[in-house]
Amino acid sequence: MSEENKKQQEEPSSSGRRNAIKTLVSVPVLGAMAYGVYKKTQYDRSRRNLGDLFKLEPITPPSAKEISPNGKTLRLGIIGYGIRGKQLLRAAGFAEPAVIDAWKEAARTNSNDTRYHDYMEQESLNVEVTGVCDIFDTYAESAVLSGSNIHRQGTNGSFGTPPKRYRYYKELLAANDVDAVIIATPDHWHGTMAMDAALAGKHVYLEKPMSWTVPETYMIRDVIKQSGVIFQFGHQGRQTDSYLKAKQIIEKNILGPVSLIEVCTNRNDPNGAWVYPIHETASPQTIDWRQFEGDETRIREYLDYMQSQGLTRYVGPEPRDQFDLKRFFRWRCWWDYSTGLSGDLLTHEYDAVNQILGVGIPHSATSSGGVYFFKDGRTVPDVLQTSFEFPDRDLTMLYSATLASQRSRGKVFMGHDASMELSSSLTVKVDPRSTRYADQITKGIIKPDTPLITYVPGQENVDAVSSATELYFAQRGLLYAYVNGKRYDTTYLHIREWVECIRNGGTPSCHIDAAFEEAITAHMGTRAYLEGRTMYWDKEKEEIVRG
Amino acid sequence: MNSYSNSQKIWLVALRLLVGWHFLYEGVAKVLNPKWTSLGYLMDSQGWFASLFHSMANSASTLSAVNFLNEWGLILIGLSLMLGCLTRVGCIGGILLLFFYYLSHPPFIGSEDLFMLPREGSYLWVDRNLIEIVTLAVLYVFPTSSVFGLDGYLLKLLKNKPSKLL
Repeated sequence: MSEENKKQQEEPSSSGRRNAIKTLVSVPVLGAMAYGVYKKTQYDRSRRNLGDLFKLEPITPPSAKEISPNGKTLRLGIIGYGIRGKQLLRAAGFAEPAVIDAWKEAARTNSNDTRYHDYMEQESLNVEVTGVCDIFDTYAESAVLSGSNIHRQGTNGSFGTPPKRYRYYKELLAANDVDAVIIATPDHWHGTMAMDAALAGKHVYLEKPMSWTVPETYMIRDVIKQSGVIFQFGHQGRQTDSYLKAKQIIEKNILGPVSLIEVCTNRNDPNGAWVYPIHETASPQTIDWRQFEGDETRIREYLDYMQSQGLTRYVGPEPRDQFDLKRFFRWRCWWDYSTGLSGDLLTHEYDAVNQILGVGIPHSATSSGGVYFFKDGRTVPDVLQTSFEFPDRDLTMLYSATLASQRSRGKVFMGHDASMELSSSLTVKVDPRSTRYADQITKGIIKPDTPLITYVPGQENVDAVSSATELYFAQRGLLYAYVNGKRYDTTYLHIREWVECIRNGGTPSCHIDAAFEEAITAHMGTRAYLEGRTMYWDKEKEEIVRG
Repeated sequence: MNSYSNSQKIWLVALRLLVGWHFLYEGVAKVLNPKWTSLGYLMDSQGWFASLFHSMANSASTLSAVNFLNEWGLILIGLSLMLGCLTRVGCIGGILLLFFYYLSHPPFIGSEDLFMLPREGSYLWVDRNLIEIVTLAVLYVFPTSSVFGLDGYLLKLLKNKPSKLL
């Protein structure tokens, strides 16, 4: 190269100029890029301005209140320590030591597994577990152990004072050292226990669905309201930030008139179809079957309805007093204890829609479906479609469920001007035939098939130009649900909101009226399926009437 | 480079400018997007070194360093190739950067099913990163910047001390 340069130096000045031009060969190319970048920035800005049209304020989740540090320690009881009961107590800060072991091990082998870290970071709710009740000895003993796991430690850890085990829930409710109870029993016990708890002056966190029979639904609402206890109903979706964002989008009328909402359940494994494992220690000696059968008044309400409508084929088929491990562990498969797809899974979807749109109880419900895949003796359907009509809101909500296919279908709000799809993220796409955005579509400012708004949880603002990559990650669940920049379990947030309301006053987001609407809606869907005809809601009389 | 024919010179310079363009614009686009982060790309890593890239993403301070180095690395490499300034340093820097991308998203059998990011082509062992790595190697061994670029002036400034890096 040095020789080359010597030659260059010896060249006459005209070729020197030529060399200078050669040196600057990249200038026009850089100029082209600068022009391109300028044009691109202008284009992005126009898209961003479009986003400003739909500017949304930062959301405040109901549970975002600061935890009161000096508040009195709340003494908690739990009734029902099955799958959901374990999750709830864990969310409240009392995990099974074996789960902590498993999380620790998972974090050791996979640095991406942050469950242990997140759990330990979760702020303490300043609660203690003083009473537990389960009618299966193994679950009850496990609840005692978890309740004493005050330091969130593994099997070899040190534990606090164990909570007292009660064999009958009413004994737990009578205990002076219990301020509040979490109820996570099978559906047929929900209402009875919630009422008894409220009558005993205990604050109630009740799992969904609120009720098993229609008559008790009204009673629960009355008892809870009259008792004045703080009631939180177990739809933790109330804490999901993308739902809160969706509500803003609806309020800003970005979608135009929404005529159809589609919500779905898609599961495809025995566990998802409620075929849970049967515990090896379970036997007539370790399970109090008499209590499992249920409350007599409730059973009578249930049988009255079934008999009066000629639906006895759905009752049983085994006698209620006959000990049966399958029915104990897989109770969701039988109407004798369960509310089926309507009560178990539609309710989550409905509560999300009710939270976002405030639709209330539908005018009518029509259902169809059957036991098409899990022909294991169950009486509740594994495929169910229910259409709920809301004529005063000019919309239909369609619930479509199967327990035998996992093909993913989102929660979709179909508006005349745009549609919104909700999963862990939120996407709004403008409709190609929208009237409101027709001008912008013609001018090419809005492209109907590309998301106009994407909301990725954890990001502060909705952005009209979020990249496809971000969206992709959000949809695959790689970005987590955040509150105030921190990743949380929504069940924890839901319990936290309840505890804070008990301590400082206020009404939890999933209050008794929301629970009542949820229960009636689910019952309408169930009755429509069982009776094979449309069910209507008489608003004035507050009654379900037949078509 | 005087031994090159004219068409060899034209196509080598064109190649250098276009590869430079690619680097520079990738960097500029990232700097202009205040929300850009390498988090998603790092988290999507597969293969033998995936855990290394995941750990980069998991630490906030490492992540912001990675973001900064990537953005400005791309811009400086792009400028070096386009302006013909310290071109060989740019080539080596580019090769290193691309090699990291290659390791993070190796186009191996089966790995394409694991990536969450959509990929816009079909690759088997050889992908665009690898091709661009070899392209930079070609540009390294067939330099053009002493005539078509600023490296000629840099050479003069260095008083004709031969430097392998120009």
